[in-house]
Amino acid sequence: MQWACISFPQLALDDVLRRRADHASPLVLFEGAGSRARVMAANAAARHHGLHIGQSLTAARALCPRVNAVEHDAAAVERCHDFLAAWAYRYSSQVCRTFPQTLLLEVRASFRLFGGWAALQAELRRDLAALGFEHRIGAAPNPHAALVLASARGGCAVEDEAHLLDALGMLPVERGGLDATCAESLQRMGLRRLHQLFALPRAELGKRIGAQALLHLDRLRGAATNALAFYQPPDVFDQRIELPLNTASHESLLFPLRRLLRDFSAFLAGRDGGAQRFTLAFEHERGAPTEISVGLLAPERDPELLFAIARARLDRTRLRESVCGLRLVSDELPAFTPTRRDLFDTRPQQAVTWEALRERLRARLGEHAVHGLALHPDHRPERAWRVQGIDPPRGSGSSRGVHPARARDTNGPVSFPQRPTWLLARPIPLRERVARILAGPERIESGWWDGADMRRDYYVIETASHQRAWAFRPAGDDGPFMLQGWFA
Amino acid sequence: MSAILQPLIETGRLWRGQGTAPLRDALPTGFDALDRVLPGGGWPRAALSEILFPADGVGELRLLLPALAMLSREAHPIVLIAPPYLPFPAAWIAAGVDLRYLQIVQADEHDALWAAEQCLRSAACAAVLCWPRQADTATLRRLQLAAETGQTIGFLLRPAQVAAQASMAAVRIGIETAPPRLRVLKCRGGNPPAQAVAFVALAA
Repeated sequence: MQWACISFPQLALDDVLRRRADHASPLVLFEGAGSRARVMAANAAARHHGLHIGQSLTAARALCPRVNAVEHDAAAVERCHDFLAAWAYRYSSQVCRTFPQTLLLEVRASFRLFGGWAALQAELRRDLAALGFEHRIGAAPNPHAALVLASARGGCAVEDEAHLLDALGMLPVERGGLDATCAESLQRMGLRRLHQLFALPRAELGKRIGAQALLHLDRLRGAATNALAFYQPPDVFDQRIELPLNTASHESLLFPLRRLLRDFSAFLAGRDGGAQRFTLAFEHERGAPTEISVGLLAPERDPELLFAIARARLDRTRLRESVCGLRLVSDELPAFTPTRRDLFDTRPQQAVTWEALRERLRARLGEHAVHGLALHPDHRPERAWRVQGIDPPRGSGSSRGVHPARARDTNGPVSFPQRPTWLLARPIPLRERVARILAGPERIESGWWDGADMRRDYYVIETASHQRAWAFRPAGDDGPFMLQGWFA
Repeated sequence: MSAILQPLIETGRLWRGQGTAPLRDALPTGFDALDRVLPGGGWPRAALSEILFPADGVGELRLLLPALAMLSREAHPIVLIAPPYLPFPAAWIAAGVDLRYLQIVQADEHDALWAAEQCLRSAACAAVLCWPRQADTATLRRLQLAAETGQTIGFLLRPAQVAAQASMAAVRIGIETAPPRLRVLKCRGGNPPAQAVAFVALAA
């Protein structure tokens, strides 16, 4: 096992920053209300003005009057953490999001696919930079060591157990993931580095620092294991962005829209899915949100394509008042199948299989809207055919109709009497004037045994307007013709 | 020849007044006289072809059946979208169409156009036939684009009254009944011939 740990040192701040186009102006997150409000995160520009964590918001405002203060939203950070887990799921099936601001991934199994740790790490970093998250990455043979290494020495990767002890041993005790009081008492005992701790007899050390800390040290070295709860990706994407300012202009909605769709795309890639349909809701202060439902011909997940489509739809939509929030919901997430193609197949990129196309048609037009036809051995035209269910074109299966190929095999070359290409399901009186009779009569007399007895004389008729009709008269009758088909 | 013009000429979007038409990927119609006057030597693949016929039963399917028989051998479905009548299996088999690859889509007027576009674009079908009753130029353009992207042959069977309407179809052929003739109204890649082509009568 090889565990990668990605820690997000300023997850809450990044979550706010990435929704804004402007990163240069000072911004702080605060916690608490009124005079007890304290700064809990500050971006680089704010730190430049002397703002720091723990400061009261009043003091921060005094130091830098134009600072943007945003209230810390723990639920939003949780959602952001969930989103990151969904993103990480594309790199590993074992993703753990139990630890705050941290993701743990088992990566050994993914090495072959991504081409080793160096390539995988580069890919992770590139993705996170594009998504807009500060991060530190560490790797170690066990998750706890990875956690400690990532937070203490970003970028440090230990490949095997032998080097693990060396790498851990170099760490100062206070970075070892032990709780603060324990680390401090160890410091006072003169133990500065973890390797000094590892060198001590285990039982005696346990008496000093307690069982919990001892267990932690064991886990770091891989001597004890811990069952981790793995992340399960959800089947629904539902993300919301609150806009910093209410806006009615389409232009200013594009940035949050693009961000939302990028996240959507990362989520889709994580579950190896595509989106067939998604809904964008533009929330207003009052009244119901303006919703745009975007349907696609085929499941897609390319962020640029999704953005182009959503933008086109947005441009055609009139927003009745200013927008305060933007939400994207999609619960129709079919598997994204890169089309399977022959090496020499010249069919175009967006090609789908007939099965997929038929599903799409049936989804909109109804269960029985798509069907085939089969020949049925009966002389009566009404019964000479059968609807062939939705068996794939190749299977004759359980259908009672005679398979045309089989009919040909048994009867030799097909030799039918002249039959029209179009058949009327129910004969109607022939309205057109008969110019001449080209062939006939041909007597069809059948069905006395099943109650649908029929005795008819069929004629091929040319009408005054040069149409060729297949019409009949009851046997022995000279009355008007009934139209049964067209020689189209 | 300019580098810009050459590809246009090769794809048949631009043609010269005189000279031989470039050979393009086309499916023989099964009617030699018609093949000779069509620029590619048959129905253009990856495009729409329009058949304009004055009334039912004047040969509108007979014109297509040789091509459909050939296409059904490609083992991709031939889709009939909202056909006006039921195809009589006996006659279609006699014409050489493999019924296993004949698929019928039941749809109303509006959905039929949607279904036609889906089928044309999907590249899953060998050919798509549809019978639009009311289709404006924009709709026809959509279908033509879908046929181009999906590289699928689309046949539109429409009443002769719409002959005056502008159309994006690559080929438009009008069926005349007395005497039975085919008049090529438009063919991309060449000038439509002045003379109508004799339409061989149905073998009795």
